[in-house]
Amino acid sequence: MALLEVENLQTHFRTPDGINRAVDGVNFHVNAGETVAIVGESGCGKSVTAMSILRLIPEPPGKIAGAIRFNGKNLLEASDKEMRAIRGNEISMIFQEPMTSLNPVLTVGRQIGETLRLHQGLSAQEAEDRAVEMLNLVGIPEAKRRVREYPHQLSGGMRQRVMIAIALACNPKLLIADEPTTALDVTIQAQILELMKDLKHRVGAAIVLITHDLGVVAEVAERVIVMYAGRKVEEAAVGPLFRNPRHPYTQGLLGSMPKLGSSLTGEETRLAEIPGLVPSLKKKIPGCVFASRCPKVTDLCTQYAPALEEKAPGHVAACHYALREEVVAA
Amino acid sequence: MSTPILQVNDLKKHFPIKAGFLGGTTGYVYAVDGVSFDIMKGETLSLVGESGCGKSTVGKALLRLFPLTGGQVILGGDRIDDMPNGTLRPLRRKMQVVFQDPFSSLNPRMRVRDILAEPIRNFGLAKDSADLEQRLEGLMDKVRLPRDAINRWPHEFSGGQRQRIGIARALAGEPDLIICDEAVSALDVSVKAQIVNLLQDLQTELGLAMLFISHDLAIVEHMTHRVAVMYLGKIVEVAPKRSLFGAPKHPYTEALLSAVPVPMPGAQRERIILKGDVPSPINPPKGCRFHTRCPYAFDRCRTEEPQLRPVADALAEGHIAACHLHDRPAAENPLAGAKGAQLLALG
Amino acid sequence: MDGGRPATIPPGINVAPEMGDIMPPVKAKKGFIGFLRRNPTIAIGGTLVLLMVCVAIFAPFLAHRDPTSLAPALRTREPSAQFWFGTDMLGRDVYSRVLHGARVSLTVGFSVAFFASLIGLTIGLISGFIRLADSIIMRFMDGMMSIPPILLAIALMALTRGSVGNVVLAITIAEIPRVSRLVRGVVLSLREQPYVDAAVASGTRTPMIILRHILPNTLAPLTVQATYICASAMITEAILSFIGAGTPPIIPSWGNIMAEGRALWQVKPYIVFFPAVFLSITVLAVNLLGDGLRDALDPRMAKRL
Repeated sequence: MALLEVENLQTHFRTPDGINRAVDGVNFHVNAGETVAIVGESGCGKSVTAMSILRLIPEPPGKIAGAIRFNGKNLLEASDKEMRAIRGNEISMIFQEPMTSLNPVLTVGRQIGETLRLHQGLSAQEAEDRAVEMLNLVGIPEAKRRVREYPHQLSGGMRQRVMIAIALACNPKLLIADEPTTALDVTIQAQILELMKDLKHRVGAAIVLITHDLGVVAEVAERVIVMYAGRKVEEAAVGPLFRNPRHPYTQGLLGSMPKLGSSLTGEETRLAEIPGLVPSLKKKIPGCVFASRCPKVTDLCTQYAPALEEKAPGHVAACHYALREEVVAA
Repeated sequence: MSTPILQVNDLKKHFPIKAGFLGGTTGYVYAVDGVSFDIMKGETLSLVGESGCGKSTVGKALLRLFPLTGGQVILGGDRIDDMPNGTLRPLRRKMQVVFQDPFSSLNPRMRVRDILAEPIRNFGLAKDSADLEQRLEGLMDKVRLPRDAINRWPHEFSGGQRQRIGIARALAGEPDLIICDEAVSALDVSVKAQIVNLLQDLQTELGLAMLFISHDLAIVEHMTHRVAVMYLGKIVEVAPKRSLFGAPKHPYTEALLSAVPVPMPGAQRERIILKGDVPSPINPPKGCRFHTRCPYAFDRCRTEEPQLRPVADALAEGHIAACHLHDRPAAENPLAGAKGAQLLALG
Repeated sequence: MDGGRPATIPPGINVAPEMGDIMPPVKAKKGFIGFLRRNPTIAIGGTLVLLMVCVAIFAPFLAHRDPTSLAPALRTREPSAQFWFGTDMLGRDVYSRVLHGARVSLTVGFSVAFFASLIGLTIGLISGFIRLADSIIMRFMDGMMSIPPILLAIALMALTRGSVGNVVLAITIAEIPRVSRLVRGVVLSLREQPYVDAAVASGTRTPMIILRHILPNTLAPLTVQATYICASAMITEAILSFIGAGTPPIIPSWGNIMAEGRALWQVKPYIVFFPAVFLSITVLAVNLLGDGLRDALDPRMAKRL
């Protein structure tokens, strides 16, 4: 049994001018200790998916349907009290903006210790010792001094390390990281990514990484889910996905990224564009969600929404025209 | 490509820090501290660096959005850094700007028509109303927006379309130089490609020079002719892009190149992870400003500030870097040779 | 797109299962009705304010008798079919007086809101753009703000003769510092907006920057602030009248009516009660309208979801 199983997840929002189907029928699973990346552009539903797992969607105006099974237990049926016991303990989350996610009036040590005292009933002294231990783990120098400091005394990179320390304090089985490095500079991002890779081996938590940056995905993920307009359009292990993307959207995304080192390899070609805009999620889309921007679109696509098909072992894509392995071979 | 459209010599911008009841100055933020470069006609120069390095301040200083602390700015032969506002106003036409945020860069209470007409009217470019109309239509065509969209409000457009309107506004004054301040950074990948292609097409079509300010090295490499790398208010390296990406000659550039995640799973590359954070521009380190994070720093770096000088084994002409390592014999210089391919995992 | 859809799914085609709706559909209403439906606070506040305005305008027709005519024989009557809200110590009809009182309250509220906004806007724009003026004006405003507005208004009233005009003037002066601070703050943040930088870069002169780029964008927050000023001015006016420093006793204002009823509060509470209820409802209505406008005009709120 997988650690996390998401089945037919639908998260809709009521807005004055219609229902926003932010996530509409998403299925995926995460195995224990595995790193799964969910990628897509803004508005594709990747963050809403993450928030839905922890039931952090305000209801109303939102509503979540489907099933989210964590260790076999459906979180959508759990009581608020049970959810509080899970959040920050068995499943924890890292957010994009470390400054706004930390409480400015509490010391770093208090904030790490708080979850420990709440979930594991540690005493104040034990919690502080553990906080120092966690700061050491995430590579903050002089942890004994830093635990008594306030967030504003730390740099952006340090704050994100503190966020990671808080998230890992209770030894979660699942860590949801929502754009953890997007707000950081390249050199700091490199530090944090290195830390995440290192911690993955040491802590053993499964990670759901939400990002729009395909470079970050290639660096840390094992499996990748590509989302577009509230649906999963492709899923594969990271290698095959980058080497052999099947869905036209994934192909378009990879083609529209300039390649670093293009001036050396002489591949200075014009960037491939994906024409047009993401469709409005407030109207039902009858056929394929990508049909309005797809270069390979036919009548079939606008009439029938393609189901996710296994195009190669472990590689699924929702496209009528993405070739299956045996067809390619033949 | 021989006459510089813009020459910048020793540009400085120090922001005073006011504190206390009487608002006395207690110190300065050395945001830009002696920056020099030229941009040739039709050339793209990129200014890269991390947040707080002063790259955006350079852009705003060139546009004279605030008074400069020091230095010379020569735009098309006229020295504009100390020019009174009234004299400068007609010259502003030559240098226009595209900003990062497509939402706050357009006045929400103006229709697209009025946004685009503003520079045309200010610079008195249109002969009559028919000419103005023709110019407006031309601008919409140039940025590939439908002509009838001109009577709509900014909030009716998506981020990418707003950025096109921002570009059209910059083009309205028929400039020689456009400053793109993180102009594509806030956009989604697929929209980013559309805008990058549009900027490149416009540059070839109109022969524009561009100052492309960005933190995204992949986009910079794609867009640019030459690259200047900034760190803590100073330029540490300038080179034609092939030379910079193929053989970086400053340890900071080297670390930047190795830090960018590349979309190639399992890529084998040399990784240089810099320790610590960028020091505060209020109290920049003595000597070389990078020595606190530099993996190769030695005694001289802590005391003596290196100057930008041509480097010996560059891949192209005009490659300058500010690093003491180049005074050492090649065997003791970790930056010798062309290491770009290893850093970028092109092996 | 829907033309020629085959009746059967072609063979070999894998169609995704249809996802149902998990919440009832939204009936999107367009136009004015839709706006009110999306902003119920504006609808409720606006209706109440409108109602009060009607009461004020049509007071002479709605009132049963002259609000100032004395009738010693009919003193302190309880509310009845003849005197809906009873009569006061001098036998004047409280109902008629309360209706006429709405005129004073609304006149003062709206006038103060208008003049304070206008003057505050001018001062705020000046100090947001001229650094030297800013330091002088804002220190002066700080000084004024250290005096409670009600005290300032009382002091100003003490210098003049009691009249509605002077009440408006006194409260306006007391409210100006708050408005100019608000406008100055908005102007300073607007000056940092990239579209203002872009306008400067494209050769727009400072007067046009203010007129075209700054002023229109200050109007939304100023409108919201004006409603709060209006509400606060109505309360201040009532307090001034209540302590005898406001409108002259000859003019029926809610403060005056309450002041006259104060002595009989223990035995004839209705004399104070009715004007107080009208004042509360009016202030509440104006504040509701302000809250609704703030939510509707604030682009950050509107952009959510």
